[in-house]
Amino acid sequence: MNREERLNRQSRIRNFSIIAHIDHGKSTLADRILEKTNALTAREMKDQLLDSMDLERERGITIKLNSVQLKYKAKDGEIYTFHLIDTPGHVDFTYEVSRSLAACEGAVLVVDAAQGIEAQTLANVYLALDNDLEILPVINKIDLPSADPERVRNEVEEVIGLDASEAVLASAKAGIGIEDILEQVVEKVPAPTGDPDAPLKALIFDSLYDAYRGVVAYIRVVDGTVKVGDKVKMMATGKEFEVTEVGVFTPKSTPMDELSVGDVGFLTAAIKNVGDTRVGDTITSAKNGATDPLPGYRKLNPMVYCGLYPIDSAKFNDLREALEKLELNDSALQYEPETSQALGFGFRCGFLGLLHMEIIQERIEREFKIDLITTAPSVIYDVMLTDGTELKVDNPSDMPDAQKIDRVEEPYVKATMMAPNEYVGAIMELCQLKRGNFIDMQYMDESRVNIIYEIPLSEIVYDFFDQLKSNTKGYASFDYELIGYRPSKLVKMDILLNAEKVDALSFIVHSDFAYERGKVIVEKLKELIPRQQFEVPIQAAVGQKIIARSTIKAMRKNVLAKCYGGDISRKRKLLEKQKEGKKRMKQVGSVEVPQEAFMAVLKMDDNNTKK
Amino acid sequence: MIQAAYLHIPFCEHICHYCDFNKVFLKGQPVDEYLQYLDKEMEITMNSSDYAPFKTIFVGGGTPTALNEKQLATFLESIRKRLPLAGQYEFTFEANPGDLSYEKLKLLYDYGVNRLSLGVQTFNDQLLEKIGRVHRAKDVYQSVESAKKAGFKNMSIDLIYSLPTQTMADFQETLTTSFQLDVQHYSAYSLIIEPKTVFYNLMRKGKLHTPGEDVEAAMYELLMEKMKENGFEQYEISNFSKPGFESKHNLTYWNNEAYFGFGAGAHSYVEGYRRSNYGPLKKYMEPLDQNELPIMDKHEVTKKEKMEEEMFLGLRKTQGVSMKAFKDKYDIEIMEIFREELLAHEQKSLLEIKGDSIQLTKQGRLLGNEVFQSFIK
Repeated sequence: MNREERLNRQSRIRNFSIIAHIDHGKSTLADRILEKTNALTAREMKDQLLDSMDLERERGITIKLNSVQLKYKAKDGEIYTFHLIDTPGHVDFTYEVSRSLAACEGAVLVVDAAQGIEAQTLANVYLALDNDLEILPVINKIDLPSADPERVRNEVEEVIGLDASEAVLASAKAGIGIEDILEQVVEKVPAPTGDPDAPLKALIFDSLYDAYRGVVAYIRVVDGTVKVGDKVKMMATGKEFEVTEVGVFTPKSTPMDELSVGDVGFLTAAIKNVGDTRVGDTITSAKNGATDPLPGYRKLNPMVYCGLYPIDSAKFNDLREALEKLELNDSALQYEPETSQALGFGFRCGFLGLLHMEIIQERIEREFKIDLITTAPSVIYDVMLTDGTELKVDNPSDMPDAQKIDRVEEPYVKATMMAPNEYVGAIMELCQLKRGNFIDMQYMDESRVNIIYEIPLSEIVYDFFDQLKSNTKGYASFDYELIGYRPSKLVKMDILLNAEKVDALSFIVHSDFAYERGKVIVEKLKELIPRQQFEVPIQAAVGQKIIARSTIKAMRKNVLAKCYGGDISRKRKLLEKQKEGKKRMKQVGSVEVPQEAFMAVLKMDDNNTKK
Repeated sequence: MIQAAYLHIPFCEHICHYCDFNKVFLKGQPVDEYLQYLDKEMEITMNSSDYAPFKTIFVGGGTPTALNEKQLATFLESIRKRLPLAGQYEFTFEANPGDLSYEKLKLLYDYGVNRLSLGVQTFNDQLLEKIGRVHRAKDVYQSVESAKKAGFKNMSIDLIYSLPTQTMADFQETLTTSFQLDVQHYSAYSLIIEPKTVFYNLMRKGKLHTPGEDVEAAMYELLMEKMKENGFEQYEISNFSKPGFESKHNLTYWNNEAYFGFGAGAHSYVEGYRRSNYGPLKKYMEPLDQNELPIMDKHEVTKKEKMEEEMFLGLRKTQGVSMKAFKDKYDIEIMEIFREELLAHEQKSLLEIKGDSIQLTKQGRLLGNEVFQSFIK
């Protein structure tokens, strides 16, 4: 292709994402668009095609990004090349969202015609505006009996400040309005503006590991062209590679001769490590490359840490291999070996958020068949010691003795919650309980409110979202962003089982709540730990001081006192089952502790709120 | 040489809320036909097996006494024909206090049944109603009297404790009432909530209020104490008798010996195989039409499993497991196989070694499963 052909083609490229709150119909709309552009034959069509991981389908969320190239014959008679870039829908993956938005010139904003704007939608719209995207509002699910498109149209105008007069009224499920959306994409989303003759600049917005091809980098070409055999350089890491394959997803992976300005596709170069192709990094030519990378790259830092331990300590190496494999696909996952007196050898792992953590944990248990004990998640605390040194603590059991500590700072987030106004009281009560500071409250319309609090991140990583949902009958939506560190009166609480400190159960708590939490957790542990052959005292201690205690009574009776009419096999099975149950517990000192107990600090809040 | 047989009558007029044994409502069932198939199963088995005259026969259910007199006569005739008895024998029928007429009792006795096991469960009428039993306490007194009149000199009462809402006082009263009757044997089981029962469904809905582990343990301790006071010796975890009246049939199981099982869903232990019959009547009958045994499942017990079973069955008995007998049976020292486990339990005072015998302590009886499961490797 010569310059003119490339420029001509470039003028008919449209790159866009779909932004939507969970359940507002993003995946369904994506499916309809694929159908409409005949990307798939009916036989290939399965529902929610873009969410390809099992877990994604089950949870109805997108974890890994996908992009797909589509051909659309518009009403003006021209054939346009669309790149539809999927975005993850969860707050844990905000950075990925921002990078995939950076690969687009436009975004289709899907809002549920009954529910209106939600906190996450708003957050993502702001991300899109930050990236100067053309935003096309779509009011979806207009065929629902409770739909109120006009109210939602007003909301879009007032809350976001977008012109929604031309918002398409659609029902992705019923196939209404799809063509109008595609026409607006052609008319309103600008064509890519880069120069095909400039040095290569391609944004990596995602990557995954393929056992045969190495890392597959998902890229958006901003300037220049790239083809097989080119020598390229990753600008953040400085690593150089020779391109072995370029192509696009249609949605099948389809090799191409070259990728040029505006193209969204993939690139492979026998790259062994996902860490070498960091999301947000810029790919350029190894020789005479660009001098300035594309803006916005940052290294992802985990926000939440927890310990992962195999229940069966013989599986430590299996766990290491599992983490290594997962890391290939997930550069945000961090881990390093750690040892716990109670749990033995395991890994301290860093995650973007709780969902990310749950997903990794679930994948290890499912895909690698390793039963895990997860310790309660912790944030990173900044600890200033009396001798002037500063310490970062991501594991509560590493917290130094109180007398050595000058002060402790903890991360705070700005939490945005939207809900119908009758739940304002419930939300404020919850935020207050979570040590939140009220910042602002705005009415979005007569009945919906946007509430802003500053809350310690550690309170969010517990079950904040679940509680918010249950206190608002599921109506509230929630988003948060990190705003920095602040000093707090924090203390370490230790838990003793049978007079032995269990390091894996230690946690950090605000001193005003220590007494209450200590009481709740010893009761919770008493429920979760089954009776042993001896009495087990449970104590909660801050420093040397015991602040709460309870006792697991000794097992009184466990004997099969029933006649099974000669069915000995059944007796055997019952004994085997009891024995198997014990194997799934962790021996901590002389006490057998089930998996759930290590997460008990997470669950204690529901008792708290009911009091 | 197999000298024990269990026969299963899977029919009931009422289904109890806790029962998960193989049973169906009596009404509309092919009872007479079933008895014919049972006869055929015995015939085929006896023709192809090496057997000696039977020392124990146990008829259980379901409710064997739900059969009418004519059916009972047919059934007893068939047993007499197929299962010859030894000179000294124990022939037990499970009986439901609600449907024991003198005529039925006489019939049983005349056919050589010499032991009755009465499903009493509790003497508290309200509790009886709550657990789905139709009989009432007074039926028990009458049944015992009629049985004595018919000639029975060996009777056992089944009790269940830790029933929903049952209190210590309730159970104490049941025991006191019970000891006024002239019976020779007790089996006392703690309620276990099994899947596919009324109780299980209630439990899942949170509507079943059982007394809990502490009360259950206290009831068991009370049981052991009261039995002793009243001259009943505990010879197994759940079984008590006047001297000489131990259930010889059930001892077959705990001694890990062989037995036949006849009838739908019955289990047997024959020539080193643990087998179970098809439970549903139709499935049970079909193979017999082809002159084949209705065996659904068959597992050859390995030597390792035999030794494990020797332990978890044998230790249920008060006399425990004899080290010498173990050596004679398996040609290996018990201490060579289970040393670590035995010593650990001994140290925790769950087990004691008395001369040649390894026995559970009183604490060990309460925590029997903790001991038993350690032998399964």
